Amino acid sequence: MERKLNISGILFFVAILIYLVNICGILGTVVFNSISKGWYSGIFPQHFTLEWYRYMANEHDLPQLLLATFTVTIVVVFVSLLIAFPTAYGLARYDFRLKGALLSALLLPMIVPPMAYGIPLATVLYRFHLATRLSGVIVANLVPIVPFMILILTPFIEQIGVNLEAAARILGASKVQTFFRVLVPLSLPGILTAGILAVVRTISMFELTFLVAGPKSQTIVVALYSDAYAAGARPPQAIDALAVVYFLIAMICLIVALKFTSPTQMVFKVK
Amino acid sequence: MKDFKEISLRNLNKSFGTTQVLHDFNLTLKKGEFVTLLGPSGCGKSTVLNCIAGLTPITSGKIYIDEECIDDGIHTVPAEKRGFGMVFQNYALFPHLNVFNNIAFGLQLKKLPRPVIAEKVANALRMVHLEGYENKFPSQMSGGEQQRVAIARCIVMEPRLLMLDEPLSNLDAKLRIDMRYELKSLHEKLQITSIYVTHDQQEALALSDRIVVMKNGRIQQVGTPEEVYFRPANLFVADFMGFRNIWPGVIEEILPGGEVIVEVKGLKLKAAGSLVGRERREAPHGAMGVGAPVFTAIRPEDVQLGEGPANRLACRIEVVEYLGQLNQAAALMENGVRLDLRTDERIKAGERCGAWIPPERILLFPGRRDEAHEPA
Amino acid sequence: MNRRNLWLFFLPSLAFLVLLFVYPFLNGLYLGLTDAEGNFTLGNFTAFFGDPWERRTIWVTLKIALPATLINVLLAIPFAYYMRRGLRGEKVITFFLILPITLGTVLVSEGMLTYMGPKGWLNQFLMATGIVKGPVQFTHNYLGVLLSLVIQGFPFAFLMLLGYISGIDPNLERAAQMLGATKWQIFHRIIFPLVAPGIAIAFCLNFVMAFSVFPSAVLLGQPSGPTRVISIAAYQWAFEKFDFNMGSAIAMTMALIELLVIMLVMIWRQRIYKGASIVGKG
Repeated sequence: MERKLNISGILFFVAILIYLVNICGILGTVVFNSISKGWYSGIFPQHFTLEWYRYMANEHDLPQLLLATFTVTIVVVFVSLLIAFPTAYGLARYDFRLKGALLSALLLPMIVPPMAYGIPLATVLYRFHLATRLSGVIVANLVPIVPFMILILTPFIEQIGVNLEAAARILGASKVQTFFRVLVPLSLPGILTAGILAVVRTISMFELTFLVAGPKSQTIVVALYSDAYAAGARPPQAIDALAVVYFLIAMICLIVALKFTSPTQMVFKVK
Repeated sequence: MKDFKEISLRNLNKSFGTTQVLHDFNLTLKKGEFVTLLGPSGCGKSTVLNCIAGLTPITSGKIYIDEECIDDGIHTVPAEKRGFGMVFQNYALFPHLNVFNNIAFGLQLKKLPRPVIAEKVANALRMVHLEGYENKFPSQMSGGEQQRVAIARCIVMEPRLLMLDEPLSNLDAKLRIDMRYELKSLHEKLQITSIYVTHDQQEALALSDRIVVMKNGRIQQVGTPEEVYFRPANLFVADFMGFRNIWPGVIEEILPGGEVIVEVKGLKLKAAGSLVGRERREAPHGAMGVGAPVFTAIRPEDVQLGEGPANRLACRIEVVEYLGQLNQAAALMENGVRLDLRTDERIKAGERCGAWIPPERILLFPGRRDEAHEPA
Repeated sequence: MNRRNLWLFFLPSLAFLVLLFVYPFLNGLYLGLTDAEGNFTLGNFTAFFGDPWERRTIWVTLKIALPATLINVLLAIPFAYYMRRGLRGEKVITFFLILPITLGTVLVSEGMLTYMGPKGWLNQFLMATGIVKGPVQFTHNYLGVLLSLVIQGFPFAFLMLLGYISGIDPNLERAAQMLGATKWQIFHRIIFPLVAPGIAIAFCLNFVMAFSVFPSAVLLGQPSGPTRVISIAAYQWAFEKFDFNMGSAIAMTMALIELLVIMLVMIWRQRIYKGASIVGKG
């Protein structure tokens, strides 16, 4: 691609650069602050220490936090896959009346903000005594993830030629065999993409988890929010130490996700 | 837009990064002419078109309209000011505009009065036989209809030069031939200078006043359809124009009359193709002398079945394809070389038969096998 | 699969939708329209709209969400347009753009508190270069919340629009150019109408995120005053005062306003893009 650098090009790069520098600044301060000792002024801290990580580990039951985060994420991804896959298959393979209406209904949870349905949802979960438990957090997190999965999976299944399934049947495979030997392996890229993107989303999902989680079932983001909210209660460096832990986990997931997908895919595209 | 006598491309070079896609390209288009750029995909023919259009900046060289330089790689008349028209392979109709607004697009930008636009659009639609389609959207039309709209959108602007980039390649076989006729009659009617890009030699032969055969960004031959068809300038052009029997051989003897005896794997052929003399003049010294390696080029339709005065050979038919009036067959000669032939006689696979090749139908080109041009 | 049994494919997701979305929503509506004893009343809504302190939250939220959404989408259009054919360094740029989206509001807010604080790097830089004399207050005010919404919303809108714009057949631009269109005419007569649906959707989704802003409004703003947005009000009623009826009423009001804005945007989209069923090639 050739393009002479002109005024619009310079403007573009300057603006993007300002954005990138600020993003790095925001993340950089978190990291530096978490390992600094008495960093009240100056560009960089004078003394470094890991004591805030020890402090944070004492305050929080870190293994419990990590366990809750991973359990929620993994269960959400698997359950939502089980729910979304048949729907995505039906949408990809069949045309029927009300298909558009069905799709809009299924995508509805994506355009209503989590805070608006989170409060009624939490109320219901409290009534059934699911709230404050891990199962409640999982159930709440399914709500935005299932539509998201349907949206990602459908085009992947559309790409698989109908003929391949027909060919498998002609060669003598039963419906079940066709499903497990043809459909599942061929849609594996889609399943992987949808799965990894769902992991990224669940780990960073704050509102829903916050509304239904109890002390034993909160994920790292929620713990981080609670610390930041009660800012006076703990030294800010200790809060940033927890932020770094969360940051590392999210980064690893993001880097893995980018191996399988493009960033434009991570921001869903609706027709 | 000012009229012109000729458009000339002088020493055009074009590189994308480190790969050069055009090498010293020279071509002059006369007013009213229909010129086709013919070549396999990736030969740079579309790049030439985009350079003329002003859609792709040139690396070096100049483009002139008569005495006026419109592009020298630094000072460039932008595409929208050149007054040229282009028909794209995928038609590039604006999906959000109906047929009327698609065709009127350029006229509206010129701020012509509404009645004038309406009349011009109606004329253009009549020209491409699409009266009554004004309110349809591109997505509601077939490929052939979209193609007509694309052409109408172009000619309504009365361009000085009409460029067509493989306009027929997305159509099915029958429609392709229909549209070919229409393009031809449109050109006869309007006499717009046209430059046409294709990889289909049938299209090129049917439509053009002149054909430019290209390979790897270089011109191989420029000539009328007859010249290119009967007197290909080199082995590549011959191969591309359907000389399917290309065999490596060695010149054994040069007869006083200019005829040449060639030996192909033990088979002796007498060649008197008009090109032999020309090649001898143009080829480097000794390249066409006795003992020089050459390639023969013979069209399948020039191979005759039965007894003949010269170049008799025996073969066994391997595969026969029925083409309606003709049969196309692949045979194996006694020396193990494959012979492609066409005949209206009924033949069957497995049959043994005799054949002969008129000496004046055998063209010779210098070259060894390892220097051989990649077949198109 | 028999066509008659087609619904079986959709059974799991429909059951999910009804149980976890429709039912809670209806229940929320029911709670909002009843009092603690279960009697039908409009009292929750009249209480909310009757109290200036509560009513204000709608205005406060719109005042943050609308400018933020407009900034994000309007900025994203030229940037996505510029990058539509790819660039060198594109991967690095998109990586840093996707970063704040995936890291989430909480981490970004926490980072902004230090980075943009009075002694943070940003103020140090601004003072060192002489752009400002004293430290600028970026946090604990309206500006902080707005900035956090832009930092997260801009890349979102940008990547979304990039998907739409780069999907437009490049030959359309060339065709328009050959017909005499200037760069601006190409943008405004070809590109813009073709991405209008994308712009509408990007606007809606961005607005949804901005309108329900919660963590950054608490952490970066003044949650007890100028940035007490509607989601804070709903949360406080439901989980601090444990009045689920009032909390639900506010949540329903929130959803309603939002759907209203989305409807307006969709009407705009219909008007600008008459051939709505026609999508660009490629």
